[in-house]
Amino acid sequence: MFYIHCPYCGELREEEEFHPKGQAHIARPADPTACTDEEWGDYLFFRDNPRGIHHELWVHAVGCRKFFNITRHTVSYEILETFKMGEQPSFTTEHPQGGSAESATRQAQDALQAGVHA
Amino acid sequence: MSNTAVETVRTFDTRTEAKIPLESPLAYAYRRSGAPAPTAGSRATLRERPFLGHLILRGGAIVLDEAVRELLGVSLPGEPQGLVHDAEGERSIQWISPDEWLVIVPGGEEFALENRLREALADAHFAISNVSGGQTLVELEGEAARELLMKSVIYDVNPSHFPVGKGVTTVFAKTTVILRRPSESRWELVVRRSFADYTYRWLLDAGEAYGISVER
Amino acid sequence: MSQPNRLGQGGRIERSRKLTFTFNGKRYQGHAGDTLASALLANGVDIVNRSFKYSRPRGIVAAGAEEPNAVVQLGSTESGQVPNVRATQQALFEGLEARSTNGWPNVQRDMMSLVGKLGGKFMPPGFYYKTFMAPASLWMTYEKYIRKSAGLGRSPMENDPDIYDHLHQHCEVLVIGAGPAGLAAALAAARSGARVILVDEQEEMGGSLLDARERLDGKPATQWVAQTLKALAGMDNVTLLPRTTANGYHDHNFVTLHERRTEHLGETAAPLNGRRQVRSRMHRVRAGRVVLATGTHERPLVYANNDVPGNMVAGAVSTYIRRYGVVPGRRLVLSTSNDHAYRAALDWLESGREVVAIADARSTPDGELVEQARAQGIRIITGSAVIEAKGDTRVSGARVAKVDLDGFRVVGGVETLECDTLASSGGYSPVIHLASHTGARPTWRDDLLAFLPTLVKGVSVAGGAQGVFATAEVLKDGETAGRQAAGEAGFEAPSVSLPKVARRRDGAACALYQVPHEKPTLRAPKQFVDLQNDVTAAGIELATREGFESIEHVKRYTAMGFGTDQGKLGNINGMAIAARCLDKSIPEVGTTVFRPNYTPVTIGAIVGRHCRELFDPERYTAMHQWHVEHGAEFEDVGQWKRPWYFPRKIDGKTETMHDAVARECRAVREGVGILDASTLGKIDIQGPDAREFLGRVYTNKWAKLAPGRVRYGLMCKDDGMVFDDGTTSCLGENHFLMTTTTGGAAGVLEWLELWHQTEWPELQVYFTSVTDHWATMTVTGPEARKLLAELTDIDLDREAFQFMDWREGTVADVPARVFRISFTGELAYEINVQANYAQHVWEALFAHGEKYDLTPYGTETMHVLRAEKGFIIAGQETDGSVTPEDLGMKWCVGYDKPFSWIGQRALTRQDTARTDRKQLVGLKPKDPKVVLEEGAQIVLDPKHAIPMPMVGHVTSSYYSPTLDSGFALAVVKGGQQKMGETVYLPMADGRTHEAEIVSTIFIDPKGERQNV
Repeated sequence: MFYIHCPYCGELREEEEFHPKGQAHIARPADPTACTDEEWGDYLFFRDNPRGIHHELWVHAVGCRKFFNITRHTVSYEILETFKMGEQPSFTTEHPQGGSAESATRQAQDALQAGVHA
Repeated sequence: MSNTAVETVRTFDTRTEAKIPLESPLAYAYRRSGAPAPTAGSRATLRERPFLGHLILRGGAIVLDEAVRELLGVSLPGEPQGLVHDAEGERSIQWISPDEWLVIVPGGEEFALENRLREALADAHFAISNVSGGQTLVELEGEAARELLMKSVIYDVNPSHFPVGKGVTTVFAKTTVILRRPSESRWELVVRRSFADYTYRWLLDAGEAYGISVER
Repeated sequence: MSQPNRLGQGGRIERSRKLTFTFNGKRYQGHAGDTLASALLANGVDIVNRSFKYSRPRGIVAAGAEEPNAVVQLGSTESGQVPNVRATQQALFEGLEARSTNGWPNVQRDMMSLVGKLGGKFMPPGFYYKTFMAPASLWMTYEKYIRKSAGLGRSPMENDPDIYDHLHQHCEVLVIGAGPAGLAAALAAARSGARVILVDEQEEMGGSLLDARERLDGKPATQWVAQTLKALAGMDNVTLLPRTTANGYHDHNFVTLHERRTEHLGETAAPLNGRRQVRSRMHRVRAGRVVLATGTHERPLVYANNDVPGNMVAGAVSTYIRRYGVVPGRRLVLSTSNDHAYRAALDWLESGREVVAIADARSTPDGELVEQARAQGIRIITGSAVIEAKGDTRVSGARVAKVDLDGFRVVGGVETLECDTLASSGGYSPVIHLASHTGARPTWRDDLLAFLPTLVKGVSVAGGAQGVFATAEVLKDGETAGRQAAGEAGFEAPSVSLPKVARRRDGAACALYQVPHEKPTLRAPKQFVDLQNDVTAAGIELATREGFESIEHVKRYTAMGFGTDQGKLGNINGMAIAARCLDKSIPEVGTTVFRPNYTPVTIGAIVGRHCRELFDPERYTAMHQWHVEHGAEFEDVGQWKRPWYFPRKIDGKTETMHDAVARECRAVREGVGILDASTLGKIDIQGPDAREFLGRVYTNKWAKLAPGRVRYGLMCKDDGMVFDDGTTSCLGENHFLMTTTTGGAAGVLEWLELWHQTEWPELQVYFTSVTDHWATMTVTGPEARKLLAELTDIDLDREAFQFMDWREGTVADVPARVFRISFTGELAYEINVQANYAQHVWEALFAHGEKYDLTPYGTETMHVLRAEKGFIIAGQETDGSVTPEDLGMKWCVGYDKPFSWIGQRALTRQDTARTDRKQLVGLKPKDPKVVLEEGAQIVLDPKHAIPMPMVGHVTSSYYSPTLDSGFALAVVKGGQQKMGETVYLPMADGRTHEAEIVSTIFIDPKGERQNV
């Protein structure tokens, strides 16, 4: 049972309020008709399954109904950060300690780690 | 009201002044499960406030703030989980999402308010939906009200975490609820009509240990 | 009713309160404050069970959750049966009835023990795999007998009379375990003002302090316990939960606590002030910080016949003496590898009973307790251990010998000592189960001879659980952990003054797990490692010889650490033995993973209040009461209760479903019927880009839909497969009302938000659910217009209000939107009013409808009527693998829309473009009396050898009263090109039905009836 910091509600909320929606940052090709069948198939069906840092799309379904992204470690299940649509992750495979992008949610994440209720 | 607004969005007063018998979302629940009367040992009380005007207001905070302040007499709660009441405590506006607020007003005011808001907001990008028939307000009071909520909702209802003036959408048993704290002693649940009977039966069952009573 | 082993004084029991209980049908007496185990020991009951595999007699070994043998069945009534109760954790109450879970005909004389005597050769490890796997079809037969003999108790066959619930708790600091470390941690954290929850699984908080020999501030340790608990109880920010087990440690400091609220008082929870009480409760705790102060489990030594009743772990002996005033025998031999266990001998001696000898595996033990024992004149045999227990149903002697620990062998002669109790201690294992639940693997510490927990974020550990054993240090460690936890949660904690405890000088312990025997392990008498699962040292050795090297494989092959025990006593010994056999070190072998739950949790507590009529939400429409009063049978559609059909009572007899549906169908086709359609999802869509958005999410065109008009739309996922459908009305240029299927409502709204928020945030549009705001009544049939005209001010003229138009006005004086859309193929009006007025409008329709014989119909009739028209139901004709083209709905696809709408690209993928895909067709059975089975498979050649190539299946099938024939919708490969062909449906009963492929539209193919 995760405890997830909703970047829109600004506080930690129980997993029961959320729905996971799969891998984050899967952009729909701008011109679908220009895609080959293989390219379209990749967009539809192929997803990463990393052991380690994974960026995921979630929605605060029983809450503000906003979609947002989570950086989660698939081994420890630790949530390293959550961030709004359009923002970039700070934690990546290349930057496992963070700092890949200036993230406004970093502060909120620190609060999460300290267990402080916002 | 600008011409554009009239043509682009069709408002409709779903309420009538005609003498029509109304049934609140809890009408069936009262008949089926009864309404336990208060006893000496009652530590929790449930009270429905039916037939209020409920509006969902969508738009950016900056867009909506001025119109809300002017027409409701309160400033739009821009911060998450904010809940504000007017001076009489009759009208409230609650943050639901960064672009969504729930407005609750005395029954019958909602259509006029919607029209005046539309007029004030004119060509801005916003939406107002009347959901008055789709939900009802249930109040909980009493020394055991908070513990009853702990049995029902997953959200932390401790006063240190849930001060007066806060409201959240959260999980209630196996359904959802909007939970608000308008005053020190009172909690409010905004319940969807179709789930009202389940919610009522849950509260009666979970409240039995506190001698829950229902005021009608 | 004497209690031969009860001491004249001492213990924390209430001697003035005598309680009577029965065990295996025999009456005994104990005291308030006893556990069932202490009361049984007081009464000299040796055998409490028969073992799992060998059916050997077993007695009480331990005093807490780690007890492997005394697992009993409670209950004096059928509904009160409770399996899997540890006698060591069950408080005694008046009238308690307990039984052994194993043993036939009884535990004293057991037939199965003959098998046990023959023993090992017949039941080696992997016995079940080797013996019962073939033939696989017989497993079910074997399983019945194995389960019976396995002795894990049985479930009640009657409903549980008790109630259970959940409590959602949030705190800054959760302290698990209320021994010295936990009490100090809780006190320190609580002083900071942080919310603290302190839980302990025992009847009384205090842990090891309740039977400690140490004095705190010069007073008995229990005084400090009482004083600390009093202080904690007086603080508003502290919740004390005794009799509460932390059973599962889940992600992000989510911990499940199982609180037994009334199980110490009686079999069922007695009402209080006339109100039902919760028997047990699951606390679902989200903690900012968790402090694990779970203490240790003492490891017994593994020697021959170490399972005969009278063998106990040393600490349990002290616990029974000091806490319960029970000394469980007359003559004690202690076998130990460490100083701390000497307590048992000292306590025994002080109880006035004889200590025969202490066998200490160390050559020169010299700690403070050892000296005390020597001073008391106790014989200490150094460099030695008990290598074998003598006795059958009770220990009668101990065989003691010098042992060479490094060489793993017995050196020198064996001395047999007469005794009736054999206590052993191989050291102390930190209770790391909860820390392991997080997935973190524990680490071995050679200096402590123990696995220590590895910690994830937000948890700390204190006291024995991290290998800190001396009481003074344990207190300090707890206090530090509590203060730090509060500090990390943002609360400043002042330091707490701790009681003074004299520092005891302990000698170093030695590493001893399995004790060598004169014979090699495989030929020695059984040396038990896991008493609950009858796993022996020989079994582990055999497993390693058979090639099982991973400890996880050894566990599964031997069953070590299985079941309710979860390896509390045996796991470390088992790993050490595996390491010896594999010639590896313990850390190289590693440990198995402990999983929730720590001890069994009653199903009731897991279920809580979510049972019976509160099992799942039931959603009702505003007309539900009317449906109930008019005898509707209900169908579950999602969580909604929808009227399925309305059987009439005719001459006192209730119509069959078939007759009711046929009558309802005829009423709609010939007169007028009414359906409660309120459950359809309704989404209010506003914004200048609403129309553009609809064009992207629906397959068809929306650019030109004018205000006042309605259109049907199909929705696909981007893989081109249909997932929902419904009508959407244009209310204003920038304002639409979308309807969805009943079951799809929440999913469609989330789908729209997904695309708006993640792909097209630039589109100015808002979506709001108005499902519950409106009540929807469908009035349909040739007489619908006449009926509605009596109640509305809307002009119903066929030109003024056309098919696929909507109008607003009043119905029965209530403001209403009326949509002229049809799911029956007949003239139809969908009346929408605010739900608070629904009952009135519905009744007004019936008041006026009487002369037209207005007939309420349910979902079954709705299904028949729509299928006769070939209208699909998303989720019935579609299953996530059906495209609009497969459905024959090209008319609903906007191939030339400017934006590549969701699903469009996929329609030209190689697989979706195949012409031999399963396509929707109608089926007309050759025998009109046949109603095909939904789901039946379709073949082209019924004479083909099995397996026959299957070309499709039936998706919907009904009897049509209008056609007086069965008819069906089906998907058939290339079906749209197979009109008029015959297909076959072989059934499970051997019959084969024949059917003709026909159009999906069975009635009124030109659609004239809905247009009248």
